[in-house]
Amino acid sequence: MNSFDQTLLEPDSINTERPSPTPQLDRRGFLKVLGGGLLICLAPRSALSQESGRGGGGHELPKDLSAWLHIDADGKVKVFTGKVEVGQNIRTSLAQQVAEELRVPFDSITMVMGDTDLVPWDMGTFGSRTTPTMGPQLRTMAAAARQTLIEMAAERWHVDRAALTCDNCKVTDPATSRSLSYGELTRGEKLVKTVSGDQPLTPAAEWKVAGTAVPKAEGRDFVTGRHKYPSDIVHPGMMFGAALRPDGFNATLALIDTTGVEKFPGARVIHDGDFFGVVAPDAFTAQRAVAAIEARWTVPPQPSNDGLFEYLKSNPEPGGDSAPQYVSGSVADAMASADIKLEERYTVEYIAHAPLEPRAAVAEWSDGKLTVWTGTQRPFGVRDELMQAFHLSAAQVRVIQPDMGSGYGGKHSGEAAIEAARLAKVAGKPVKVVWTRQDEFTWAYLRPAGLIEIRAGVKQDGTLVAWEYHNYNSGPAAIDTPYNVPNQLIQFHPSKSPLRQGSYRGLASTANHFARESHMDALAHVAKIDPLEFRLRNLTDPRLRAVFQAAGEKFNWAQAKSTSFIGHGIAGGIDKGGYVATCAEVEIDPATKKVRIRRVVQAWECGAIINPDGLKNQLSGAIVQGIGGALFEKILFANGRILNPHFAQYRVPRFSDTPKIEVVLLDRKDLPSAGAGETGLVGLAPAVGNAIFAATGNRPRNMPMAPENS
Amino acid sequence: MPDYVLNVNGTRLHVTAPAEETLLSVLRNRLELTGTKYGCGEGQCGACTVLLDGRATRSCLMPVSAAVSAKITTIEGLEQHGLLTPLQQAFLDEGAFQCGYCTSGMIMSATSLLRDAHNPTEEQIVEAMNGNVCRCGTYPRIVAAVQRAARLSAQGGRG
Repeated sequence: MNSFDQTLLEPDSINTERPSPTPQLDRRGFLKVLGGGLLICLAPRSALSQESGRGGGGHELPKDLSAWLHIDADGKVKVFTGKVEVGQNIRTSLAQQVAEELRVPFDSITMVMGDTDLVPWDMGTFGSRTTPTMGPQLRTMAAAARQTLIEMAAERWHVDRAALTCDNCKVTDPATSRSLSYGELTRGEKLVKTVSGDQPLTPAAEWKVAGTAVPKAEGRDFVTGRHKYPSDIVHPGMMFGAALRPDGFNATLALIDTTGVEKFPGARVIHDGDFFGVVAPDAFTAQRAVAAIEARWTVPPQPSNDGLFEYLKSNPEPGGDSAPQYVSGSVADAMASADIKLEERYTVEYIAHAPLEPRAAVAEWSDGKLTVWTGTQRPFGVRDELMQAFHLSAAQVRVIQPDMGSGYGGKHSGEAAIEAARLAKVAGKPVKVVWTRQDEFTWAYLRPAGLIEIRAGVKQDGTLVAWEYHNYNSGPAAIDTPYNVPNQLIQFHPSKSPLRQGSYRGLASTANHFARESHMDALAHVAKIDPLEFRLRNLTDPRLRAVFQAAGEKFNWAQAKSTSFIGHGIAGGIDKGGYVATCAEVEIDPATKKVRIRRVVQAWECGAIINPDGLKNQLSGAIVQGIGGALFEKILFANGRILNPHFAQYRVPRFSDTPKIEVVLLDRKDLPSAGAGETGLVGLAPAVGNAIFAATGNRPRNMPMAPENS
Repeated sequence: MPDYVLNVNGTRLHVTAPAEETLLSVLRNRLELTGTKYGCGEGQCGACTVLLDGRATRSCLMPVSAAVSAKITTIEGLEQHGLLTPLQQAFLDEGAFQCGYCTSGMIMSATSLLRDAHNPTEEQIVEAMNGNVCRCGTYPRIVAAVQRAARLSAQGGRG
């Protein structure tokens, strides 16, 4: 049985142990690689500042001296970050923020990302953390660089630094109109400036590059096929590998005969402990050769979809059950006095990320050093996995992450990297491993299934008085309610999951929003109050109120009248600093009961917007991705086997599923920017479920809600 | 293993491969034309779409031996003398991608569509492209990009 894998979880609980030391090149080595110019380093962080702001002693930024930004003699800027680009557009949005603070054109910036030998340690790219943590970090480094260049100019001109300004890659003295470019200031010398993490930053209201719709960096490479994804990496003399897969989860090998491989020229069996794989001169031969291995496995009896939710409820993770996350007042007393009482259970199934690019890696051993190019959201995490697997030091492993074919929380782990490294070590040549779609569906991890039970009480005037909420296995993110309820008991119960599970875009937030916002809708219906009005009546958070009102206005909620086959629904919430409200219009086919989502309006606020076009793309994409889990995505499994590990059997959203989508952005330049990769997904399912109820009178309580659509 | 001569992007390329190896595998792993992507190997996602004599074809389902007599066009063959096709330009202009992994297949499928229908309706685009999956969910922008490309082409030019 696989329980919640700690390394695959959301940052709410991730990575509380100390990371391994970063072998980031020392400053001298760095300058050798970079040549002349100015290198901005961050001083080691004090114990106090490391631990602040994050529970459990975890931290997000490196503790050691770290090099972040380099300006060369031509004024070209290199920025180093452990965050990775997976389609969420941070290569662009981070560069915009650096350009802003450094007062240089966007095009002069190159982002060096996810290369563990070059970039400062980073915990990984997940949890919508890039914008709130890496953004300010890089802005700080850029502001420090600007201040340093101003100081250099002031010294050269013997003037007061306060009188100087920066613009378009140069420092200017307004009094004399003389100016020096950043390159001229550094004069090709190798300069290192170590700064503290405390710099005044340009307010969002004054942004000129940040805050604008800069197109995707290197966009042309994506329409010409030139961009090299992890699975596209080619090395001279490279071989292709494939791993032998067991016949089910928790299987033990009973019998193996590898002689079938011999008939494939150049193919070779590689055996290392329990691991069997094949390398061959070409990918096609490697796949055929591994299929020629005859293996018999013993697979123990294991749970299936049948009875899954009872299983999750009755199989708590040993030692995992904690105290309730939120308790106030007395739910029992409040329920006794409530006019309306409603108790329900909601479920979500296991679903797969199914990133279009499956796991892939190229591994190369050279002089005792292992270098792996692979698609992962956690380059340093995969480096740690490789160090452990091969008993290597941090300096002996380099992980390089080319911008990859998406992840959605599904690529925290380094399976393909380890397989490629294992094969390459024995083969004595670089080896490439690309997982098949079936591998990805079967051997990656899944979004947890979960059961949520809610008991709530409301007064006749629509005031919420009691809220008891139990979530089994789907996770604690956004488990709290944003509504005012004086008496609450909210608890997450981790379970022993029968399948390997881990992070997913908007992981538990999707399940918790589905349950809570469906239940709120049901309460509003019983209280005979409009669902939007009912929410607003119990809500004081001004930011959430603002998105609800904006969505309602754009959707024309007040005039939206549901019929028996056209339904309208609304839902919303808060997670990871993002505020979302979603309205949906669905059409139900009276004969087939198929659900078609016709229109979605989503209002969104996450503080100061860094790139409105990239943000709209993320939010619209989240809505589309959310349709799958809402209506038809579901992993089928029995006895340690995934029964639908193909796109022909596991339906994902397509063009024909896509509604008309309207995104309303609220730009709060007075508030810090939060991430937007995940929370845009969580309003869709409950809004659609509430719309289905409005049309049919039947409330969907299980995601996926419309298996008829699969 | 037999030898084949493939006509890829206007160039005759010699390749040695088993007859049943897929065109996708040959393009990616033997000819290093990695712009064409593997997504499922079962013709379900469209990431591997190339043009065979101008028609969108799933290269993951086609044995290389069946492709020898055709003119094969991959994503790498669209740009001419540094000029993008109207579709490539439209994808850029509309920002019709996120991770971009599906983009090659999307552009090849749409290229085939625009050959047959110069001014397709949204319904025609959805019908023609429904076999192409974008897991990032960029579909509305892709539809907009195809429509923009149709307009660009009507104005007679590359981007």
